[in-house]
Amino acid sequence: MSKSDRRLDIEEISGVTVARLLEKKILDEANIEALGQELFALVDKDGRRKIVLDFTLVEYLSSAALGKLITMHKKVTTAKGKLALCSIQKDILDVFKITQLNKVLTLCTDLDDALSKF
Amino acid sequence: MVENVLPASLCRCRYSPLIFDVAMTKPVQLEVIIPSNTVDGLSLQEQLVSLMEQFSYSTRDIFAMRLSLEEGITNAIRHGNKLSPDKSVTVFCEIDELRMRVVVTDEGDGFEPDAVPDPTLEEFIERPCGRGLMLMRAYLNICEYSEGGRRLTMERERNSPLPVLEDD
Repeated sequence: MSKSDRRLDIEEISGVTVARLLEKKILDEANIEALGQELFALVDKDGRRKIVLDFTLVEYLSSAALGKLITMHKKVTTAKGKLALCSIQKDILDVFKITQLNKVLTLCTDLDDALSKF
Repeated sequence: MVENVLPASLCRCRYSPLIFDVAMTKPVQLEVIIPSNTVDGLSLQEQLVSLMEQFSYSTRDIFAMRLSLEEGITNAIRHGNKLSPDKSVTVFCEIDELRMRVVVTDEGDGFEPDAVPDPTLEEFIERPCGRGLMLMRAYLNICEYSEGGRRLTMERERNSPLPVLEDD
């Protein structure tokens, strides 16, 4: 996969994988499917167990994208790992609250807050 | 000065011409018929969002309507028409300075909206699907299915508040 095709920018910080979502709008199905494959590969292929998803750049996401995040959460939890989400813009945070996924997922204010959870 | 809002390649339009005053003080009505694929659905969403921008709706209104359009139109294409190339989705839009109303009609078998399980219940909260309808109901003033579930009417008034959320 070329760099321009990637939906995630990966960095290791103190043993934690920080995956920055690069798409501003996570809306169309092809992008969501590709994002899901990249996310799941972090666990299934790379064997990563401590993961932070950084939402700094994300302005929109649909319920289909929420579905991928839930599946990712389940994969990490099943693998006895931990997943945290950070730097979520207010409008997106409302989406998590409306769907009450803030009770299922670990949502953190910023990257430092997220890293402190591990 | 006039501007053509929707490209002719995207749609068939029963309300013509697709030419509006740039100032956008007059209500606009249009009807667009798209094939059952999500790429055309997304293109149409972008065009409808651009209409809201031309009417100077707030970023919050646009966020709410974009999300609802995505859910409503994608549901019609994917779950209603089941991506069938023989079926179309008809989208009627009416916008003025006070509100935006969009009616999405598919050619599928319909469904019973009340039978969709509440995704916030404990037994369903970790299911990866079923949140689109809930989001539309939260962000819209009107979110009503008719014609046996084949027609969705969505309406949002300018500067409508969101429901009160925990921690707000």
